[in-house]
Amino acid sequence: MDIKLQQVSYAYAQGTPFEKRALFDVDFTIPSGTYQAIIGHTGSGKSTILQHFNALLKPTTGEVHIGNRIVAAGKKARDLKAVRQKVGIVFQFPEHQLFEETVLKDIMFGPLNFGVAVQEAELRARKLVNLVGLPAEVLEKSPFDLSGGQMRRVAIAGVLAMEPEVIVLDEPTAGLDPRGQKEIMDMFYELHKKRGLTTILVTHSMEDAARYADNIIIMHEGKNVLSGAPHEIFRDTETLNSFRLEPPRIVRFQQKVEQLMNKPLSKVCLTEEELAAEIARELREERAEQ
Amino acid sequence: MMEKMIFGRFLPGDSPIHKLDPRSKLIFVFAFIVIVFLANNVVTYAMLLTFTLLIVLVSRIRLYFLINGLKPVLFLMVFTFLIHIFMTKGGAEVFHWKSITIYEDGIRQGIFISTRFLVLVFMTSILTLTTSPISITDGIEVLLNPLKKIKVPVHELALMMSISLRFIPTLMDETDKIMKAQMARGSDLSSGPIGERIKAVVPLLVPLFVSAFKRAEDLATAMEVRGYRGGEGRTRYRQLKWDMSDTFALVLLAVMAIILFYYRG
Ligand SMILES: Nc1ncnc2c1ncn2[C@@H]1O[C@H](COP(=O)(O)OP(=O)(O)O)[C@@H](O)[C@H]1O
Ligand SMILES: [Mg+2]
Repeated sequence: MDIKLQQVSYAYAQGTPFEKRALFDVDFTIPSGTYQAIIGHTGSGKSTILQHFNALLKPTTGEVHIGNRIVAAGKKARDLKAVRQKVGIVFQFPEHQLFEETVLKDIMFGPLNFGVAVQEAELRARKLVNLVGLPAEVLEKSPFDLSGGQMRRVAIAGVLAMEPEVIVLDEPTAGLDPRGQKEIMDMFYELHKKRGLTTILVTHSMEDAARYADNIIIMHEGKNVLSGAPHEIFRDTETLNSFRLEPPRIVRFQQKVEQLMNKPLSKVCLTEEELAAEIARELREERAEQ
Repeated sequence: MMEKMIFGRFLPGDSPIHKLDPRSKLIFVFAFIVIVFLANNVVTYAMLLTFTLLIVLVSRIRLYFLINGLKPVLFLMVFTFLIHIFMTKGGAEVFHWKSITIYEDGIRQGIFISTRFLVLVFMTSILTLTTSPISITDGIEVLLNPLKKIKVPVHELALMMSISLRFIPTLMDETDKIMKAQMARGSDLSSGPIGERIKAVVPLLVPLFVSAFKRAEDLATAMEVRGYRGGEGRTRYRQLKWDMSDTFALVLLAVMAIILFYYRG
């Protein structure tokens, strides 16, 4: 299911003196089955744009195509449930949305709303609790007795339980410990690979964008200003800086190495493993020349 | 979704009205509420209206905000207007149809009462639109200080009020966020049978209460850590200052009251 934005603009509190334009003619397509990262400075409109992906916000002008549904400015949109089932959003700090007596019930909330049978919903909950890395015992506990990190995982399971085709993640690991961050990001990546889940990751972490995404979209002051594969996007430090972004640590490290070696490496590396291999290859070549 | 709420909002500015001391504004508005009831004929109501519009002009507040402030009481205004039109008898008959008769006095009373509503709402809106919530509570606290003698917990009440005012926008943001999160999980607050909609409120209210209690706890801790021990011996960071203009505003109102008194029928 492709998501296509055509000339989408959005203004908060439209028609009042507090009107605040947050998006200006945003235009891009997210092809089915890809892993997209959306990066940008705070206030660049990332959270606003992602609420258009399942019609929580309707554009002030322009159109959003979600699969074959069209959400357009000025038109009444009815029966959005089908869209919301297909596009799951994990909001920033999703643990704030927990409300049920038990973790099990909370995970089942989404599926039940979309008309899934109780047994099936329970089955999903039991599988997912495992997938997000929690022991089965928590199912019977109150979500409010869990730690912050565990609550986050329950909330994520609650969205996955809807079995969406597209999953949208708004800074899903903000405020978690480094190990928890990696576990959760790896889990989403695996889901993306195994089930072909279209994944849209809004993140501050250039490292995550570099490591997982097929394609990166840069937002700046309410516009999508740049889009491309990670190694293209992160090659150009100056352009990134002009959008108040920095390349990932690993790319900055590579730049230092290149300064010391006094020559550029053959490609921009996005992971430690890749860079280590590249430097080793370079050094071997040098030795061979001598 | 919640961002269209404007009631009770403060619009920073630098008009003479903005600069007045909150105490003089509070006294002014409360006195005005009493004075409004002096008006009882065309001349006095016209004066009240003119006086109010002059103050609107001086405050440089866009009419938009004042009209918006009217919305919550619009129903009440129309309702009392209609009651007066149909129920008040006296003066010449203006309109007659079957058992309905509308009299001149009815129309006049209807207009008077609506005007009264209008000036009251405008005046109180101007107070909240030109005075920050913090200044209002400071003003109330100082004005009510004499009540401490009869054991009214003035400081605590003012503190409660300023904390509530401070957290209203935060709570509205929070409501908006949680509402969206639950809508993304298929909960539907805006359509469907009423029973379903009431059930859909639970997933909204529980997280809201949880976060409100958590905030309250955090705030209490933060205050305690910084040595808060109630109002006893506490000095003020924002000093209230009574100027010539404050005295002038109150004198102006007194003059207005005297004129109204003179011209009322
Ligand atoms: N509910 C809202 N009301 C008014 N303005 C908002 C609201 N939410 C966001 N904005 C504004 O819209 C712009 C984009 O915000 P957002 O999409 O949250 O950015 P990001 O997620 O990239 O930090 C910001 O300038 C922000 O102040
Ligand atoms: Mg954001």
